[in-house]
Amino acid sequence: MTAPADAAAQIKARFPQVTDRASSDHPAVNVPVADLVAVLTALRDEHGFDHLADLTAIDWTEGVSPRFTVVYHVYSSARGDYVRVATDCADDAEPAVPSVVSLWPGANWHERECYDMFGIKFTGHPDLRRILMWDGYPGWPLRKDFPLAGVETPLPDPEIYEETSTPVIPAPMMGGPFVASPGEINLTEAEPRAKDESWNERVEKPKN
Amino acid sequence: MPTELNVSESAARIATAQQAGGGSPALPDQDVVGEKMSLSMGPSHPSTHGVLRIQMELDGEILTKADPIIGYLHRGDEKIAENMTYNQFVPYTDRLDYLAPLANNMAYAIAVEKLAGLEVPPRCQAIRVITAEMARISSHLMGLGAFGLDVGAWTVLVLSLNQREHLYRLFEELTGARFTTSYTRIGGVTRDIPDGWLDRVGKFCDQFLPALEEILALLTRNKIFTDRTVGVGVITKEDAIAYGLTGPNARGSGVAIDLRKDKPYSGYEQYEFDVPVGTKGDSYDRYLVRGEEMRQSVRIIRQVIKTFPGGDWYAKDARKIFAPPKDKILSSMEELIQNFMIVTEGPQMPPGEVYFEAENPKGILGFFVVSKGGGVPYRLKIRSPSFCNLSIVPKICTGILISDVVTILGSLDFVMGECDR
Amino acid sequence: MVSSNTELAYQSQIEGGIIVSKADAVVNWIRTNSIWPMPMGLACCAIELMAVGNGRFDISRFGAEVMRFSPRQSDCMIVAGSVTYKMAPQVRRIYDQMMAPKWVIAMGACASSGGMYRSYAHMQGVDRILPVDVYISGCPPRPEAIIDAIIKLQAKIKTERAASNLFKASA
Repeated sequence: MTAPADAAAQIKARFPQVTDRASSDHPAVNVPVADLVAVLTALRDEHGFDHLADLTAIDWTEGVSPRFTVVYHVYSSARGDYVRVATDCADDAEPAVPSVVSLWPGANWHERECYDMFGIKFTGHPDLRRILMWDGYPGWPLRKDFPLAGVETPLPDPEIYEETSTPVIPAPMMGGPFVASPGEINLTEAEPRAKDESWNERVEKPKN
Repeated sequence: MPTELNVSESAARIATAQQAGGGSPALPDQDVVGEKMSLSMGPSHPSTHGVLRIQMELDGEILTKADPIIGYLHRGDEKIAENMTYNQFVPYTDRLDYLAPLANNMAYAIAVEKLAGLEVPPRCQAIRVITAEMARISSHLMGLGAFGLDVGAWTVLVLSLNQREHLYRLFEELTGARFTTSYTRIGGVTRDIPDGWLDRVGKFCDQFLPALEEILALLTRNKIFTDRTVGVGVITKEDAIAYGLTGPNARGSGVAIDLRKDKPYSGYEQYEFDVPVGTKGDSYDRYLVRGEEMRQSVRIIRQVIKTFPGGDWYAKDARKIFAPPKDKILSSMEELIQNFMIVTEGPQMPPGEVYFEAENPKGILGFFVVSKGGGVPYRLKIRSPSFCNLSIVPKICTGILISDVVTILGSLDFVMGECDR
Repeated sequence: MVSSNTELAYQSQIEGGIIVSKADAVVNWIRTNSIWPMPMGLACCAIELMAVGNGRFDISRFGAEVMRFSPRQSDCMIVAGSVTYKMAPQVRRIYDQMMAPKWVIAMGACASSGGMYRSYAHMQGVDRILPVDVYISGCPPRPEAIIDAIIKLQAKIKTERAASNLFKASA
């Protein structure tokens, strides 16, 4: 039973490639993919972090390497403390991370959601399929190069698609949301604008 | 009452009964452990509490496999958050757990305030605590009503909806909307409480406790209800922790995690209240835990009313985060510019990562905010309690009857808006 | 309220107890006062739909409190909540299972036009797959707005040529 800062220090001592991660609140560590399962097992068994609070991923956009970071939050119910464990996926084109379903069965659905939203494969997962979107949806929605409006694709049910001849279409983005981009204020681009003003209800979308 | 029926045992019983009673001689080779039927329960179903689909494999009336299929209400909240300023995202948090919107608003506001290291004044914290506890009562009432409706008790739903209308009247007076309130902002709340509102909340609590006893009396010692729920859907303590269950579902199984006590936020440490914890982890325990939590919420509300602090209801010194009062905006240049920047650019947050969890009525709602600076988050992950609570369904819904599935779903009290985001 | 099919005239000369009216008017009168909704309650609007059924707002004054979840037994589908592309085929399927005459009320901003969810997964209005009769705005609409929509739907039904279409010579 160790306090989270001590736990992080001990993990760093045992696994030399683990480094500190900047964090605004809880102790956080960066872990290489090879040590991930070992670190999480140590946290769960030796340091009392029995609860997997959250499992998610961040896409740092195309062009940044490493592109995907998978972030785990573990919580200790006895002490009430968190540790954040972050690991970068080795490959940017086909990201893959070992699955922690063997440690926490609750990670099953979290990993399926990560796969669904980012396309990150979890090796060793018993049943890796889409969970929020339907099977056969093209693209990984939460990646930065996927548009918020979506892509055009047929409806999930072919019968209804034939009956109504309505496909899944990108949502019309004219008129909002008017917001500047994330990051520090850049006064030259500070004027918030609609994301895609090239088409609206009266002007057709340019085909390019 | 045996609810875990052994499939081959029951099949063998049917086979011997058939042979004894003459069966159907025309089909001598009839294999009684025959084909399994695949049945989809939902997504449009009165008992699935929203758009949940359970793909069941049945052997007669007994389930051999239950696979929940979610995502029918996935609206893309997390992607939308990357395109909205922090204050613009507040209405989306309302619609996560739409039975207790004020609690979601509070959790989101505190998470983003942690990013800036901002502490709101005590009056704001007290307002947030009162509204969160009223939201807890509202959510548990709805959960109780729907649970009662599923197992066949109509009156419970009608009575609890009646009590919720009282709450709606109070919410409307405070925030302007019956539910989906969008009440908090980063650094404070939208407006101060109206005059006399606290008295009306006190009066509501006074008439609520006897009404609650009346509602619970309809179910607690009702033989039909206990037959349907005792021993049904047992979740062991180890399973509850391993699957990430939180809230009344985990507490019903004996896992005594309550973030209001373990990691108090927004001034919860000042108030005295008990946390009910069950023993057996069946549906009846979860029902009892929710009933008791409502009584404890009333206790907290009464304490907050008694010790309600004066002062500011927003963080006055957060120049770039919380907009100044309207009369200053309309008369003074600096405040006008400040308001303009906050509304168009968003509250300016420093770069960093923060993860905050709050004890919501359905469980633990967590927000993981990654910021690169500026007024728009870079990544916002919503850790939803209903998502984790539902992940245990494949495990506990095997070897039971279909009607037990309905009981289990009712006792888990999840909301698809939160699960799918 | 343009309606030529609402006259119910009582002819006392024939014999007491006989009412003479247009067939359209009678059929429409029956239909408007017993619109049984099929609540396609998907999200937050479903909670307001339940609230309109309770005693404070009381939709049963309009004959519409029988909210059964069976499409075969209902007249009007109230799409209450967000329709995502994953859910849309099921909504259409259930609409197809309803029997004529049937109407659709799109309740709330999400069902009418996509609401505030302009994203890859949200269908921008249920009228892309269903013919909608009444749109209710609001997020969620107040129960009074839902009752207003029922009244508007009743006015719309009263303008139908229900019986005339039955008796028309098939040609």
